[in-house]
Amino acid sequence: MKKSLRAWSTASLLLAGVLALSACGSNNNGNGGNNGGAASPEASKPAASNPAASGEKLYIPIISKGFQHQFWQAVKIGAEKAAAELNVEITFEGPETEEQVDKQLEMLQVALDKKPDAIGFAALDSKAALPYLEKAKSSNIPVIAFDSGVDSDIPVTTASTDNRAASALAADKMAELIGGSGEIAVVAHDQTSRTGVDRREGFVKQIEEKYPDIKIVDIQYSGDHLKATDLTKAILQAHPNLKGIFGTNEGAAIGVLNGVAESKMDGKVVVIGFDSGKAQLDAIRSGKMAGAITQNPIGIGYETVKAAVAAIKGETVEKNIDTGFYWYDKNNIDDEQIKAVLYE
Amino acid sequence: MKRTSLALEPQTPTGKQPFRFKSGFWQQFLAFGSLIVLLIVFSLASENFFQFSNIVGILLSTAVTGVLALGATFVIITGGIDLSVGTVMTLSAVMTGVSISFWGTPIWVGLLVGILTGALCGCVSGYAVSKLNIPPFIATLAMMMIAKGLALVISGTKPVYFTDAKGFTDISLGSLLGDIFPGFTIPNAVLIFFAAAIIGSLLLTRTLIGRYNFAIGSNEEATRLSGVNVGFWKIVIYTIAGVFTGIAGILIASRLNSAQPALGQGYELEAIAAVVIGGTSLSGGKGTIVGTVIGALIMSVLTNGLRILSVPQEWQTVVVGFVIFLAVYADMLRRKKAA
Repeated sequence: MKKSLRAWSTASLLLAGVLALSACGSNNNGNGGNNGGAASPEASKPAASNPAASGEKLYIPIISKGFQHQFWQAVKIGAEKAAAELNVEITFEGPETEEQVDKQLEMLQVALDKKPDAIGFAALDSKAALPYLEKAKSSNIPVIAFDSGVDSDIPVTTASTDNRAASALAADKMAELIGGSGEIAVVAHDQTSRTGVDRREGFVKQIEEKYPDIKIVDIQYSGDHLKATDLTKAILQAHPNLKGIFGTNEGAAIGVLNGVAESKMDGKVVVIGFDSGKAQLDAIRSGKMAGAITQNPIGIGYETVKAAVAAIKGETVEKNIDTGFYWYDKNNIDDEQIKAVLYE
Repeated sequence: MKRTSLALEPQTPTGKQPFRFKSGFWQQFLAFGSLIVLLIVFSLASENFFQFSNIVGILLSTAVTGVLALGATFVIITGGIDLSVGTVMTLSAVMTGVSISFWGTPIWVGLLVGILTGALCGCVSGYAVSKLNIPPFIATLAMMMIAKGLALVISGTKPVYFTDAKGFTDISLGSLLGDIFPGFTIPNAVLIFFAAAIIGSLLLTRTLIGRYNFAIGSNEEATRLSGVNVGFWKIVIYTIAGVFTGIAGILIASRLNSAQPALGQGYELEAIAAVVIGGTSLSGGKGTIVGTVIGALIMSVLTNGLRILSVPQEWQTVVVGFVIFLAVYADMLRRKKAA
């Protein structure tokens, strides 16, 4: 297995090296007119057509934001599904925590060094990644951003959830469930990451703009199940009249759920979560959690690989692929459409 | 055996004994005093702080890091450090989960598997430190990564749930005390923490293990020269720390009703901070379990209190950092005076 992998990568490396050389001449023309940006699918043509011609499988490394988390595992499943359907080879890796910007950039560097046909990339810090993306662009490797956007027009497309809109929907549901007035709190999974910021702001903004009678009394941060549990208990202790709490990812949501249960506030506090995972699904089925927003992680992975292949082939790809989000609660949790995007 | 203990005696001269006792006493008094001051300040600042439910909450949130810190105390007294406790805790939790949920063993077997996993990791670290002469910092750093990786591999990067093991969450969240004295519902995790602390304290003050522990920390070479098998006792000490880590793994798994394989890193630093605030010296040879318990309590009272006052989380971290500074500085000042 390992041997064949090495053989593959050596082969593709050699091939890619030859390609890079052969592509040099033709690229000079392309690069001249490339400053506009939108030309990347076109520019990638020469690098792409060759492996197809020689019968090599296309190689598309996917650099994610993590791999341990259930969410990323689901993205991986989607990516593998597309890879199998389209007969391309992918690798899927990501750093251990979402703070390890440097490690992720290293992975990106290594992936670029392998001279892949395209790259899928979920930037932890899109500004820090810019030099690498420039490099990808100059080597005519199409970049497909996923999960969160990159502040640059280098990526051919971005396959992601609109996190602000998703959290605004959570805010609407929260308002509905607590009857339009009262105190609520937010337990966000992280202070600085794009999803952390977007989900917090999307929720807070919606509440402030549309529901003047609802007051967000506290916003705390932890995506660690145990720490989120303890801080939820402290929030409930400090605000005995709290009517609802929104947890912005699986870890935060489970922490909120545990904290509410340990404080014996079951049923008195509306808990809204994000994403899925077995514990969250069970809580929603049993009614301990009012409901949650789910993204479509499998769709994110699938669309990323699909867009990468399209870009390699030089087809036009939409600049943004909205992979969608859904509200689910115990009434629709078993609907086909919802079931397909949930993971345990 | 007799010879070794005899030979040990000149190593801790009787003239110095009261001095050490005294400084340990003052450090504890200082730590205890700060704990009381914190409690008073937070009680005055918010009426929601000093309530039975919140105090129980604080104790419960201390349990996991507290038990980790107990084990870390043993290692730190030898003059070593254990960076692996956070992820070994996770590995122990995962192994407990594998045993109960995958193999379908009774709960008590799962607990044993968890504790043995911790002990085994501790034993390996101890072996690496004492027999292979790898510095503790590096040996336990390696163990930290090994445990972290194994936890992910074994669990298949998915959380292991205990939903089919009825009563498993009661290990942490049930209340034996509450069953006996209605209304006095202190969760079992807190009792386990205190029981572990008492056992730890007895081990450290009343047994040969404790005596050799301090001897190795004060002067390893002299201890070796006096005929003590330092290597062996170090392995024993790291293994004991591993047992505590295993217990912490069970506590966190039971509280979350799941073993979360990605959790755990960073807990070792909190444990070390608790040990240091409690007056145990990082250069070894000095420390108490009571101090560690108080240190752990100070950490959780501080975070809980700041949260209740809705202090932004960024600032909470800054404050905790300053407290560690102060604690270590106070400790150094006192030692300078003593010297």
